[in-house]
Amino acid sequence: MNRTHLYVLAFILAAVGLGLCLYKVLALNFPLSPGAESYTWNVEAKVTFMAGNEPAKLTLFTPRTTRRYAVTNEAFVSQGYGLVTAIEDANRQASWSIRQANGLQTLYYRAEVVRVNTRDPVNPVQPPSIDNPSFEGADLTVARALVDHIRGRSADNETMAAELLKRLKQPQPDDNLALLLGKNPTDRSRMELAAKVLALAGVPARVVHGIVLKEQKERLPVVHWLEIHNHKVWQAIDPNTGAPGIPDNYLAWWRGPLSLARLTGGSDLRVTLSATRELEAAINTAVVRGQIKKPLLLNFSLLSLPLHSQQVYRVLLMVPVGGFLLVLLRNIIGISTFGTFMPVLIALAFRETQLLWGIVFFSTLVALGLSIRFYLDRLKLLLVPRLAAVLIVVVMLMALMSIFTNRLGIERGLSVALFPMVILTMTIERMSIVWEERGPYEAIKQGLGSLLAASLAYVVMHNREIQHLFFVFPELLLVLLAATMLLGRYSGYRLVELWRFKVLAQVPPKES
Amino acid sequence: MFELGRRLADLGIMGINRRNAEFTLAYNPRRYYPLVDDKLRSKELAAAAGIPVPELYGVVQSEYQVRRLPVWLKDRQDFVIKPAHGSGGEGILVIAGRCRANYRTVDGHLLTQEEINHHVFNILGGLYSLGGQTDAALIEYRVRFDPVFDHICYQGVPDVRIIIFLGVPVMAMLRLPTRVSGGKANLHQGAIGVGIDLATGATLKGVSRHEVVAEHPDTGHSIRGLVIPHWETLLDTAARCQELTGMGYLGVDLVLDQDLGPLLLELNARPGLAIQIANAAGLMHRVKLVEEHLQELPSVEARIAFARRYFAVKPPPAP
Repeated sequence: MNRTHLYVLAFILAAVGLGLCLYKVLALNFPLSPGAESYTWNVEAKVTFMAGNEPAKLTLFTPRTTRRYAVTNEAFVSQGYGLVTAIEDANRQASWSIRQANGLQTLYYRAEVVRVNTRDPVNPVQPPSIDNPSFEGADLTVARALVDHIRGRSADNETMAAELLKRLKQPQPDDNLALLLGKNPTDRSRMELAAKVLALAGVPARVVHGIVLKEQKERLPVVHWLEIHNHKVWQAIDPNTGAPGIPDNYLAWWRGPLSLARLTGGSDLRVTLSATRELEAAINTAVVRGQIKKPLLLNFSLLSLPLHSQQVYRVLLMVPVGGFLLVLLRNIIGISTFGTFMPVLIALAFRETQLLWGIVFFSTLVALGLSIRFYLDRLKLLLVPRLAAVLIVVVMLMALMSIFTNRLGIERGLSVALFPMVILTMTIERMSIVWEERGPYEAIKQGLGSLLAASLAYVVMHNREIQHLFFVFPELLLVLLAATMLLGRYSGYRLVELWRFKVLAQVPPKES
Repeated sequence: MFELGRRLADLGIMGINRRNAEFTLAYNPRRYYPLVDDKLRSKELAAAAGIPVPELYGVVQSEYQVRRLPVWLKDRQDFVIKPAHGSGGEGILVIAGRCRANYRTVDGHLLTQEEINHHVFNILGGLYSLGGQTDAALIEYRVRFDPVFDHICYQGVPDVRIIIFLGVPVMAMLRLPTRVSGGKANLHQGAIGVGIDLATGATLKGVSRHEVVAEHPDTGHSIRGLVIPHWETLLDTAARCQELTGMGYLGVDLVLDQDLGPLLLELNARPGLAIQIANAAGLMHRVKLVEEHLQELPSVEARIAFARRYFAVKPPPAP
């Protein structure tokens, strides 16, 4: 057996893999770790209304690319509706219209937004125009007094806005302010009042409406912000602190006094906004952000695949990692498992159930399956029909577990369906044979070994850093292959063998 | 931990990775495996070479033949049913006698014809075969073991495992069934392995699971110092199996029948490593010695003489 051959081959494979990887990192600026900032968000606006059997027209503001966020991959989901998008002042809007509609209507707007940071404004800055604020009578007097007050306590437009916001935020506003705010002021009415008061003071101001991007599937609240025009650009002012600036995760959706959606020819209009984080597009984000040079090379990489296939490969590329882990567990440590790669498949199923529930479901399924297998044993069935019978029972058990856990309100129970049932069947069969041939101790030992291997495989395969590494640098698989081949010629002791042969090391050798 | 590993390496203990990588993979050509894995073929091969084997009563190759089993077995008081491709002693059913229409196993259980049939069906379906491929069931002569083992055996049949490396016996052990092993002679099932001095055929200490034992746990008799009868014949038979199969690293299982003498039971291309514990010695030094002196050992007799000289309990210094 020529070892040199193996070493040379392993060296070449590892060198090619590491070389490609280093080239991508150093020359092409591929990120080595997923990084916290490079997120893409999927935002969605869901509009529902009751159409009244007449022409309906719905206008919805949509976010537009700013110097902070790039809006890409927009989709308008609407059946039978005509669609026009237009840019109006600082806003972009989509208008859906239909000749006749009846009943509940649901329309969606979806887009991917990517955090960018360009220096220059993307859109032409709207020349500020100050509308005549519509204060009348007592309101006007009070507003004028307010303007005088804040102007006296500030040095420039920004500090004036800050002073005003501070006063508006007071939990117990003075009588004058209370008059302007009216009863039960909302965040939005405060901001709109601030804009009007600032306009009265000759400072162009407008209200921004948007969402704070965070992982929340249900309706996101609209957060209102203030912008004042300050030397050529619009400057955002934090409504809570009055400080200039805006949080990184704030996505402006629309500006101005109008509401998010307007409807003619229908009733009961509801709009909900939601956002989900798209971890998978980290690299695309980097491309969008212009951090990666030479996107040409990207055309021939996994990143050129559609997003859905990318997801699949993200998981698939983890299977070799799990396989490698099993090589370590079995050949270096010496853990015995049912089936060589069964733990890897179980670990894949754990992705959906999460570790703890995965272990619970797996143990329950195997325990139940095993007891039924022992019962079937008494019927003396032929091998293949018996395996098929166990398979059927396993599927029924899975369905039952989903139903029961669902009843109990455990949502994870539904993902039990993702367990590889054929593998489970074979595990149950092997386990029952080992149980009878070598006793319960051996069977449970191997069962626990499999579970331990699956859990470890899950932890490794679910690691975001490792996933990112292998997805962005699939050439690392060559390194993994080299390491596996080297381990294939490992002829040292397994860890459990040290324990097995310990008694020999204690006895003084007879030969000496 | 590394200290322990180093000490084991000094003793020449062979680990499973080393056995696989440097011996079974290197010395056992894949194409010869069927000769060893298929008990029917090894039996025919041995019989053709004049090596005595337990008489074959019949082979069940397919399901429809199972119906004829009662007729085949009608005149047999005792017999053994085993899978042709079984491993690790799994699937072996030993029938010691009849009780009207039922069959009595060695441990006294009564089995109906239907249960026997079910067992054969399981064998045919590949339950005990490596990889689960369909299999055949062998029905053969039940060995009546030599009375020398009467005191140190609980049910079942004790057998002798000899490891043959390139035709040279390098290590041997006697395997004694216990109550725990259910009459089976496989160590992982709870049987006791007893080391054997290759020079004399005398038994050394025993190992049960991972512990060293001096007595048989069920009978209480000492297992040391028993001289195995027909030792020369056993060594000779085992050594000849290497030429028979073309396997460089082979475990040969033999039994001593009270009437027929040594019989070849089966061959194993991946013999276990617990034999080292039973002999309190490592395999590595011995196989290295064989590798070095192979050219000087042209004949079976020379190889056996070499083994008895250098692999004795108190060997002379290595040449």
